[in-house]
Amino acid sequence: MANVRAVGWGDTAFRVILTVFAATIPLLFVALVARLTVSAWPTIRAFGFRFLTTSTWDPVANVYGAAPMIFGTLFSALIALLLAVPLAIGVAIFLTEFAPRPLRGPVGTLVELLAAIPSVVYGLWGIFVLIPLLRAYVVPPLATLLGWTPLFSGTFYGNSMLAAGIILAVMILPYISSVSREVLAAVPSSQREAALALGATRWEAVWSAVLPYARSGVVGAVILGLGRALGETMAVVMVVGNRHDLSVSLLEPGTTMAAVIANEFNEAAGLQRAALFEVGLVLFGVTVAVNAFARILVWRVARGSAVGSRAI
Amino acid sequence: MISRVVRRRVASHVMTGLTVVAAILALLPLFAIFADLILRGASSLNWDFFVKNPAAAGDTGGGVANAIVGTLIIVGVGSAIGLPVGIGAGVYLAEYGGGRFGTVVRFLADVLTGTPSVIVGIFVWMFVVRPMGHFSALAGAVALAILMIPMVSRTTEEMVRLVPHSLREAALALGFPRWRASAYVVVRAAWPGIVTGALVAVARIAGETAPLLFTALGNMNFRTNVMQPMQTLSLQIYVFATGPFEEWHRLAWGAALVLMGIVLIFGLGARFVTRTRFRDG
Repeated sequence: MANVRAVGWGDTAFRVILTVFAATIPLLFVALVARLTVSAWPTIRAFGFRFLTTSTWDPVANVYGAAPMIFGTLFSALIALLLAVPLAIGVAIFLTEFAPRPLRGPVGTLVELLAAIPSVVYGLWGIFVLIPLLRAYVVPPLATLLGWTPLFSGTFYGNSMLAAGIILAVMILPYISSVSREVLAAVPSSQREAALALGATRWEAVWSAVLPYARSGVVGAVILGLGRALGETMAVVMVVGNRHDLSVSLLEPGTTMAAVIANEFNEAAGLQRAALFEVGLVLFGVTVAVNAFARILVWRVARGSAVGSRAI
Repeated sequence: MISRVVRRRVASHVMTGLTVVAAILALLPLFAIFADLILRGASSLNWDFFVKNPAAAGDTGGGVANAIVGTLIIVGVGSAIGLPVGIGAGVYLAEYGGGRFGTVVRFLADVLTGTPSVIVGIFVWMFVVRPMGHFSALAGAVALAILMIPMVSRTTEEMVRLVPHSLREAALALGFPRWRASAYVVVRAAWPGIVTGALVAVARIAGETAPLLFTALGNMNFRTNVMQPMQTLSLQIYVFATGPFEEWHRLAWGAALVLMGIVLIFGLGARFVTRTRFRDG
């Protein structure tokens, strides 16, 4: 650092102004927590812990239980992860280890372009392209083959957990793959070289030397994707069906926490609005916890970089 | 012995092949979405689309002029609020952010970047819409600004950190006070990178819908007053796509194509600026 210290009012003013700007971030965080908690207080007092475990959502009788939407949020995110994680990690491995060099940049950019598509455009595509496709080609064979399992029981109306899960998978794929890619690229090449020198094939080097080294970072990338899937709103609200029932069938409609807020907030008043704020508070808490955990994991590997925030 | 080697080689090739398949599968939806946007969207683009407002429900014709102008206004006002704060916070993190406060700000910025935007929507509804008594474009812009601040602060920090120390030292050696060295030498050197981060953030918020539902609300009429409810392309797509009319669906695809175009222009602009980025140290 500089040895010359010219302390004047200019330095002080500059630093104070920048500090005020920087302070808006923790301030926003605290304000969010406080505001959501205060606004949710009526339902927290009225229903307590039952809010999270019961499934009646009745604005007429003013009884609120968020279990179906909490379940729906977790269920749709789980479907998305099951579909997206193998693909995303495959893409990341391909781009860092196997792809010919001239392909790496362009293919990487194209995958990241998925993150640039607005959520509402995914929703539009889901309604008019994906759902008809599912109805025509995917659901009939699934229902015939696996209709006896609870996962694929019930009638398929189009809007469904399956549609929401698939759309979410496409949406979180670029985040998981770009962070994984960064983490894999941060693995020292001595790690690969050592494995290859011991006679490992190229895949064995990746599997036994590169991936274990990058493991916590890749797990962080996956959890970051999970955070995105949990909070995604528009695409889900457009294809999930928005039904307050708890069903484990992929083919049936459901709802998620974010979708309920988007769908009902403008018409809600009184206790229902408080209930929606409590849903928001729960969702906020969950995503903060998930993101904090993911950041810590990724930071450990690729220190300090704002991974994932640059995707376009 | 030989067979074992062969088996391992084959396994290696198979797994390599699977990663290729993964890459192809990942790109498939991208191409599908762009193809659909162009095929279905381009046919609804005509002069009326850009200069007229939506026709009455059920009627044919009309356009999304109100939504295009609304998007530009709300994104513009949001950026005007969010970018200076975000960039200032980022410069702070790079220049003074070594201590505990810096670590907290950095961490919370990352956490806020992952916060669902719909939550920012209800938050701003409580802070702006409710006190004002009505929905407004300004409230929407505030919501977008809140989404931008954490994103921009982290990209700005990264870019300022890339500037080599020697530049700052040279400025200090010439007798610059610290703040002038920061503002006129270090930040200026990082400026193309900062602009890139800002453009990426603008591209991201231009497509946001959820936080605008309870703030800007949407408006079927042409409005330029930021104190009133205003339409954006994203809100228009949502209403049209989930509505019952064939004509609305057609306009939704057109609006989606235009919105995607706006997002890509900012994204490509960002890439163009990056090319001239300061790459040293």
